[in-house]
Amino acid sequence: MVSRNLAIRLEKLQARSVDLANIPVEVSLIAASILFVLGLVGILIRRNIIFTLMSIEIMLNAAGLAFVIAGARWGQPDGQVMFLFILAVAASEVSVGLALVLQLFHQYKTLDTDKASQMRG
Amino acid sequence: MNAVFYLSAAIAIIATVMVIIQVNAIHALLYLIVSFLAVSLMFFTLGAPFIAALEVIVYAGAIMVLFVFAIMLLNLGPQSAQQERQWLRASGWIGSAILALILLGELVFVLTSVSQNGPVGSVVEPRQVGIAAFSSYLIGVELASILLLTSLVGANHLRLQRRVGTRPQQPGMESMKNSFNDPDRAETTHGSSSSGKTLGEHQDDKGRNGFQEPGNQTGEAASKER
Repeated sequence: MVSRNLAIRLEKLQARSVDLANIPVEVSLIAASILFVLGLVGILIRRNIIFTLMSIEIMLNAAGLAFVIAGARWGQPDGQVMFLFILAVAASEVSVGLALVLQLFHQYKTLDTDKASQMRG
Repeated sequence: MNAVFYLSAAIAIIATVMVIIQVNAIHALLYLIVSFLAVSLMFFTLGAPFIAALEVIVYAGAIMVLFVFAIMLLNLGPQSAQQERQWLRASGWIGSAILALILLGELVFVLTSVSQNGPVGSVVEPRQVGIAAFSSYLIGVELASILLLTSLVGANHLRLQRRVGTRPQQPGMESMKNSFNDPDRAETTHGSSSSGKTLGEHQDDKGRNGFQEPGNQTGEAASKER
């Protein structure tokens, strides 16, 4: 009985996956890499430290997207677990980063990253 | 479903381009929220509904609210957008952008030439994700919790440091401050000083103390609050 229920559920799942399954993996990975490179360009061309933090968020998000795509390609939950870890890293990074930004603005009255070049408290 | 995926990918890329070329921080933030929502839709079409919900809740919700609060606390005026425009006009960004685009081209070439490609496609339920996270990735989950605790303590520490004020004080300023703040001691020094020269020095110290006064007062108020 239980195994028959499971088989029915699996069948339903496969039917749904047939609905979803037509995106080639390289296309979605290309989308993730475009997002990552946009974040990289953002870090390279902006001098405002707030925009630098935003670009780091974009890059972390693109890395998580690549993990989820790989997990969906093989039907394994590992990619989504990795996305959970990336989420934790992004949240902690942005909280400490924004506290540092406030400190920097308090000290130098600017958001220019070049002004923080000397390591004096 | 395919059309939904391609459309949301296009929206995500366009919104991200708008983020990195905006001059106003709040506008860039709103475009970033649009980008995250589009990526969340991509997750949903890729068969990860749990991650799609988390993307909306944590990225587009919590982290963006944190950014909004930070920008609100910074209190940037219109001159900051002017300065951003000035920084972006510099022709230095073209070289780095071209190099990054070359890297992207190489990445696309490598991705398209790999032979193991196939369709993306099976729904991974939140249940499987939870089972995997709390069985084979248990150490990772614990480490993530330690990381979050560390970031909490770090952010709190930075906030406290900022309230006390880390203005560098010259050595020897401590005794002058004490003599100025303590009226009895200031009076005794005033009474005991007989020559005019010391009196003048004392007045000079008073003047300097008056100049230093606001910083000291805020520091004292902060330490009293603590």
